[in-house]
Amino acid sequence: MTATEAPIPDVSTSAAGNPLGFGRMLRKEDARFVRGQGHYVDDVNLHGMLHSAILRSSYAHARIVSIDTSAAEAHPKVKAVITGKTLETLNLAWMPTLSGDVVSVLATDKVRFQGQEVAYVVAEDEYAARDALELIEVEYEPLPAVVDARHALDPDAPIIRDDLEGRTDNKIYDWEAGDQAACDEVFANAEVVVAEDMIYPRVHPAPMETCGSVAHMDKVTGKLTIWTTTQAPHAHRTIYALVAGLPEQKIQVISPDIGGGFGNKVGIYPGYVLSIVGSIVTGAPVKWVEDRSENLMSTSFARDYHMHGEIAATREGKILALRVDVLADHGAFNGVAQPTKFPAGFFHIFTGSYDYPAAHCKVTAVYTNKALGGVAYACSFRITEAVYLVERMVTCLADELKMDPAELRMKNLLRPEQFPYTSPTGWEYDSGDYPRALKEAMRIAGYDELRREQAERRAAAAGPDADPAAPLMGIGLSFFTEGVGAGPRKHMDILGLGMADGCELRIHPTGKAQLRLSVQTQGQGHETTFAQIVSHVIGLPPEDIEVIHGDTDNTPFGLGTYGSRSTPVSGAAAAVAAQRIKDKARIIAAAALECSVDDLEWEHGRWFVKGDPSQGKTIAEIAMAAHSSLELPEGVEGHLDASVVYNPPNLTYPFGAYICVVDVDPQTGVVKVRRFIAVDDCGPRINPMIVEGQVHGGLADGVGMALMEVIAFDSDGNNLGGSFMDYLLPTSMECPSWELGETVTPSPHHPIGVKGVGESATVGSPPAVVNAVLDAIQVRQADMPFTPAMTWRALQGRNLRPDLAIE
Amino acid sequence: MHVNVTVNGAETGADIEARLLLVHYLRNELGLTGTHWGCDTSNCGACTVWLDGVPVKSCTTLAGMADGHEVRTVEGLEGTDLDPVQQGFVEEHGLQCGFCTPGMMMTARALLDRDPDPDEATIREAISGNLCRCTGYENIIRAVRWAATHEAAARAADQEGAGV
Repeated sequence: MTATEAPIPDVSTSAAGNPLGFGRMLRKEDARFVRGQGHYVDDVNLHGMLHSAILRSSYAHARIVSIDTSAAEAHPKVKAVITGKTLETLNLAWMPTLSGDVVSVLATDKVRFQGQEVAYVVAEDEYAARDALELIEVEYEPLPAVVDARHALDPDAPIIRDDLEGRTDNKIYDWEAGDQAACDEVFANAEVVVAEDMIYPRVHPAPMETCGSVAHMDKVTGKLTIWTTTQAPHAHRTIYALVAGLPEQKIQVISPDIGGGFGNKVGIYPGYVLSIVGSIVTGAPVKWVEDRSENLMSTSFARDYHMHGEIAATREGKILALRVDVLADHGAFNGVAQPTKFPAGFFHIFTGSYDYPAAHCKVTAVYTNKALGGVAYACSFRITEAVYLVERMVTCLADELKMDPAELRMKNLLRPEQFPYTSPTGWEYDSGDYPRALKEAMRIAGYDELRREQAERRAAAAGPDADPAAPLMGIGLSFFTEGVGAGPRKHMDILGLGMADGCELRIHPTGKAQLRLSVQTQGQGHETTFAQIVSHVIGLPPEDIEVIHGDTDNTPFGLGTYGSRSTPVSGAAAAVAAQRIKDKARIIAAAALECSVDDLEWEHGRWFVKGDPSQGKTIAEIAMAAHSSLELPEGVEGHLDASVVYNPPNLTYPFGAYICVVDVDPQTGVVKVRRFIAVDDCGPRINPMIVEGQVHGGLADGVGMALMEVIAFDSDGNNLGGSFMDYLLPTSMECPSWELGETVTPSPHHPIGVKGVGESATVGSPPAVVNAVLDAIQVRQADMPFTPAMTWRALQGRNLRPDLAIE
Repeated sequence: MHVNVTVNGAETGADIEARLLLVHYLRNELGLTGTHWGCDTSNCGACTVWLDGVPVKSCTTLAGMADGHEVRTVEGLEGTDLDPVQQGFVEEHGLQCGFCTPGMMMTARALLDRDPDPDEATIREAISGNLCRCTGYENIIRAVRWAATHEAAARAADQEGAGV
């Protein structure tokens, strides 16, 4: 190059140094967050705003005899006291759940779980509102509580849902999937059968920000504006319209910055509805924000599956069949948030990552005197429970066969040439190279060396100079297949709303863009990655693409962010919208350059004449031309906009191989996670930095669930996990430094080949940790969480149930 | 009661209920909503601020206890430029939802002020009273190390510039 030549610009990077498309890019949203300028619901402060608080049941099951609110009403700062009776007059005492049941907004007849909403106070400030709760007198007639799901169907069990006409028991549903007869036949003739009972205990998503809302009903315009912690603002708007009879065009749901969701903020809680009622009653904006105990006791719990699994195999370790019987504890109301046709969520993907023809699952769901929920905490509609089951059962089988669990998995993993693969329960896995991922995880871990070290330690422990305090080393594996991006409209809806998502892309005349999304970030970085998706397709710098989301008045309809669906569904919508812009830009460029569209070639954000790269138009130039007086071909409208509703043809199926190494103190039962290796395949990574962050967070969840998180109940139905002193989240001390790897297998049906990843690690990691702990203590089966007490009891051969109080 | 509190170098004062928590004084009386409230029990650390240079949980500190004292919040971190801790959180993706971030950064700033070159174990221990549900802590630790490294480099450059 001579000195006079201009340097060739690096076309893969924008002027601001960002990738034009995929690649590591610092997040746009961080500028406000690191300055403390995030805008969360509790930061909303409107003129004349009132505050509110909810009185909750202290009993798990009791009849309400009377409620005296007179003293609370007399409090000088109290503006309104609302009970179930008030709501009955408005026909709002009950509201539909997302699973075809009803749930009370404020209890009228009975309370059915500890922490249930009983009365609501609106006052001048938060302190006064809580003072007034103390002044409300509720007389209860306590009833026996159904705490243990295994006794919910006993003939003498109290009927929890006597509000439902004709109810004579606590069963919600029986449901099954797979071919039972074919499966039973395989079991009858199998050489090896292993059976185990296991509990995936009740846990809570516990985002750092609790749930809350600020409702403002403008009496003059009749418009309701509600700022609320929701992962699905559009779905909430429609449900408010249906529940409260409000005209949907007059409802604006704003989901500002959200302090973590993890499924906790999918459903509609009584508090949200009450803040609306409070605003209607007082004529002022009303804020409601739950405290941590309210969050842990009354909002969306997760899991609570009691599973009996059986696995059949040959003596050589070829898996033949898997069957499972599940008792699902749904709490006092069936309020799980999942596609309508899937009462047990996607649990029937439980056959996992292995090649065998026969499988069957049976799920019985019951009511108990506990809070409602079940699908939350990054569970991908219960794939978490499914992966836990199969990965525990395969590990138990390896134990039975005295085979290395990695070898057993490698022997049975689906092979690349089997994709697309239809599972025995009907799921069509889109793409995968499973052995490659497992090999990569074993390589990073130094698996053989780890097993050698373990053998040496075990030999030393069995020797004459054994140190009784020497830690017990365990190695645990997990291989998961996720199914995310719900989903195809004809199969998947929530409350009748098909799970397609909209997206609008506008290129302004100066070549700057706005992208409007139906999904809503709770920390996933949509403002950055969605700009990168558009940049990837049309070459505009990501800093020139503003992502707008979280406000129903300014974004197209869609079902929101949960189940790792943002990238598979809305990400596809954004890519298709950008592709339409690119196609239209070609027509406009041809008009401007006075050539045929066929003469144009695309490169680096511009259309140019084949063979003459100097003759071309960038997207920005085309955008100006699109808004100008340039004559366009017949049928081509001016401007450069696109609007898309993306109906995914299938789920995407990310997968991964995880290896966990633990050391257990045999004298105290304390588990130390020494290493955790995670190889994830989510297709091409739009922003590797963000993907890794998503994986890190999920791995911490796995350590939390496996070692410390549980919401148990005593025999009266008292919640024993109602604060962060009782419900333990993993800190920096329990988490190791994560070791990540990746393989890349694109999705064949996604427009840019990507798969969802937000929940992969939460789904995949718990069994790896549990398998490691049980490998360390050489116990085939015990239930998580492996707190020191639970681990120590398992070491003694006296397993504890995690879901009940220790008697 | 009346309190006078110096917040981020500015004099503030208000007539308050004696039971008012410091977090609510900052958020509601002063509008400094960067300090978050997360748990009520001192466990999560989203509300961490400095009281006379020491990180405290403002959800379990009465505003009255800050009367006549100095408080520093996340809004007081940025000078001419972002504080290296703030920049480190951006550079290393040390935050996702951002809710724990202000408290986490106040803890990290205090750590680096007393130990400018902390190793991983030291950082883990220092932030163990601040919960994060998004990051698995990995990138928070890298963010603090980023700040430590860049501050060390800046100090070295200063010394060189001063001819030391």
